[in-house]
Amino acid sequence: MSRESQISIGDVVQRTAQFEEELHGERMTINIGPSHPATHGVLRLKVELDGEVVTRCEPVVGYLHRGDEKIAENMTYNQFIPYTDRLDYIGPIHNNVTFSLAAEKLASLEVPPRCQAIRVICCELARLQSHLLGLGVYGMDTGAMTVFMYTFTEREKIYSLMEMLTGARFTTSYTRIGGVARDVPEGWLGKVLAFLDGLEPVVEEIDQMLTRNRIFCDRTIGCGVISREDAISYGLTGPNLRASGVALDLRRDRPYSGYERYEFDVPIGSRGDCYDRWLVRMEEVRQSISIIRQAVEKMPEGLWYNDEARKIYVPPKSKVLTSMEELIQNFMLVTEGPQLPEGEVYFEAENPKGLLGFYIVSKGGGVPYRLKIRSPSFCNLSILPKLLKGVMVADIPVILGSLDFVLGECDR
Amino acid sequence: MDPGQLIIFLLKAVAVVLAVMTLAGYTVLAERKVAGWIQGRTGPNRTALPILGAIPVVGTFLRRLGVFQPLADVGKFLFKEEPFPGHVNKLYYLLAPALAFIPAMTTVTVLPFGQHDGAPLVLANLDIGILFILAVSSLGVYGIILGGWASNSKYPFLGGVRSSAQMISYELALGLSILPVFLWTGGTLNLHAVVQEQTHVWFLFVQPLSALIFLVALFAETNRMPFDMPEAETELVAGYNTEYGAFGFGLFFLAEYTHIIIGSGVFTVLFLGGWNLWLPFPEGIFGAVLSVLVFLAKVLCLVFFFIWVRWTLPRFRYDQIMNLGWRILLPLALANLIFYAIAIAVIDRVL
Repeated sequence: MSRESQISIGDVVQRTAQFEEELHGERMTINIGPSHPATHGVLRLKVELDGEVVTRCEPVVGYLHRGDEKIAENMTYNQFIPYTDRLDYIGPIHNNVTFSLAAEKLASLEVPPRCQAIRVICCELARLQSHLLGLGVYGMDTGAMTVFMYTFTEREKIYSLMEMLTGARFTTSYTRIGGVARDVPEGWLGKVLAFLDGLEPVVEEIDQMLTRNRIFCDRTIGCGVISREDAISYGLTGPNLRASGVALDLRRDRPYSGYERYEFDVPIGSRGDCYDRWLVRMEEVRQSISIIRQAVEKMPEGLWYNDEARKIYVPPKSKVLTSMEELIQNFMLVTEGPQLPEGEVYFEAENPKGLLGFYIVSKGGGVPYRLKIRSPSFCNLSILPKLLKGVMVADIPVILGSLDFVLGECDR
Repeated sequence: MDPGQLIIFLLKAVAVVLAVMTLAGYTVLAERKVAGWIQGRTGPNRTALPILGAIPVVGTFLRRLGVFQPLADVGKFLFKEEPFPGHVNKLYYLLAPALAFIPAMTTVTVLPFGQHDGAPLVLANLDIGILFILAVSSLGVYGIILGGWASNSKYPFLGGVRSSAQMISYELALGLSILPVFLWTGGTLNLHAVVQEQTHVWFLFVQPLSALIFLVALFAETNRMPFDMPEAETELVAGYNTEYGAFGFGLFFLAEYTHIIIGSGVFTVLFLGGWNLWLPFPEGIFGAVLSVLVFLAKVLCLVFFFIWVRWTLPRFRYDQIMNLGWRILLPLALANLIFYAIAIAVIDRVL
């Protein structure tokens, strides 16, 4: 007998332990994104898998970083509005409104009621745009392709409305500091109402197709649960926060742009799972429809800009060409930008994805000294490492879809 | 067998294979058209052949229908450059699509698709027809596993693993669900005998539960929505065929649709009475053609059902599929088998 073949009990224990380690096998690291059908943009997830179960997840953001905050320091306030289109490009017009409101807060400027109502309609249309896409791709992530097509068809109609209103389908750039670029075109409000009439049956149809679908319920109920405490501590906002049972909606809690004039409910979830996030968005779509209806009904007459803000809002072209004072005003505004006072201001509004905030530091003049954007998607994504731990690969798209983020805003 | 007979037999085989392949190609078109219909869009309507497409009314109609689209697709698959990722094992990589495709086409041989003066129209009227189909069609999974494995890439690998688990789970339910049918027919495994047994009543009405279990298992076996785990495009990009392009992908694609057609064919034979329509067929070639058409119509209805389900339902999760297969379908199929075994014994005693 050779020495090697004699095995002690200690060896056996040691080798069993080794064997057990081998049994567990390797873990696989896989990159989901930045180019992957489920990541809705260029999110990259470094995921470690044990079979089909996620053991670790590290989101990598920044593939769409364009330096918007730095760009803002090199241009006037109005020139930055087109850049805000490219933040949450799913509902661009809401970013315009939020940014204008932030700058107006700096200037302590009030806009007339008509302008506020137009802005509310724009905001809610943007919410519809965003939620319709969010619900559609959420359905697609669970495998229901048809819902996506239905919602996308409706979104396309919003684009046509935007084209009528702003001249651009996608990059709206509609607001200005102190007002909106132009009044609503004739007949536009009627078209908005007609669109809403057509949207309601589609929402019902989506409801029938997915909300009570057994497979969909099995996939989403109890999946990706975010507790109330987690939602608050990770800084989640918007529908994701409300789905976790926190009734925070700035439209109601800290009304801006005349939201206090409209009646609407703030839906909240009870469990904070993917299914609740779906239900909250579905209900918000219905609430948005109702808000737009009210806004169109109560649309006040008047100007669509504050005509006392002579150093901020560009006067109408007809006056520029006929009156000396307006000509000078126009010249000054175009060359030096809207003159906002010195100071610091933080303003956030209830964007479709959550709270979009602008922190503006101004040293006076037409250019911000520093501009910081608080993007809801970035904060909402921060919970991913915690949320994705222990779920299956198939749950990743569902959870991502339910969080409804957009990378243009996350990476800025 | 003399040479003449052999040649005729070969020609028949080629004709059937060509017919099935064409059918598969047009099933792809049907999928796109029906998807368009369900989703409120038009689907493919641009492709036109130079001369046929230029005929005033008919050509436009055919173009709008997308009839030429499969030809263009096949042309594209054939003439595209075959990309070879640098990290694959070439032999296995090339073998996989063929392995997926061959079993799909082989099952066609024993599937009766019509009658001619009472004799079945079938390439090989095997006495163990259904066993042959079960055995050969389950080989198709090896193509998928091998494709996932040979690609030497992570997403295809996950797709291949899922596919193997799914196939194994549902094979059992599939096999058990059709046993009552063969108990009813008195133990013969010949598919033609099954069809003859259904001259008056389809097995769908005699054994609805068997039909349901078989249909669900069939969805799983053909990797169709809501069981399309191996592909699951929002999770695994394209699953097992992520690394394939050109004709390799085309073969996988064709195999998938051939599986659907064959699956529908088997379902038609087992539960929808094959070509039976409660009426005797006229004698001669006219009756033969009529029976084939009836059979095809039933198969196409089922194919439509497959497509309809795909564009309506969301996808299961992997573990939910396993649950459904092992905890629900398998016990159900067993209970179904026992019930019919007892029922048939009792009926035999009484009558």
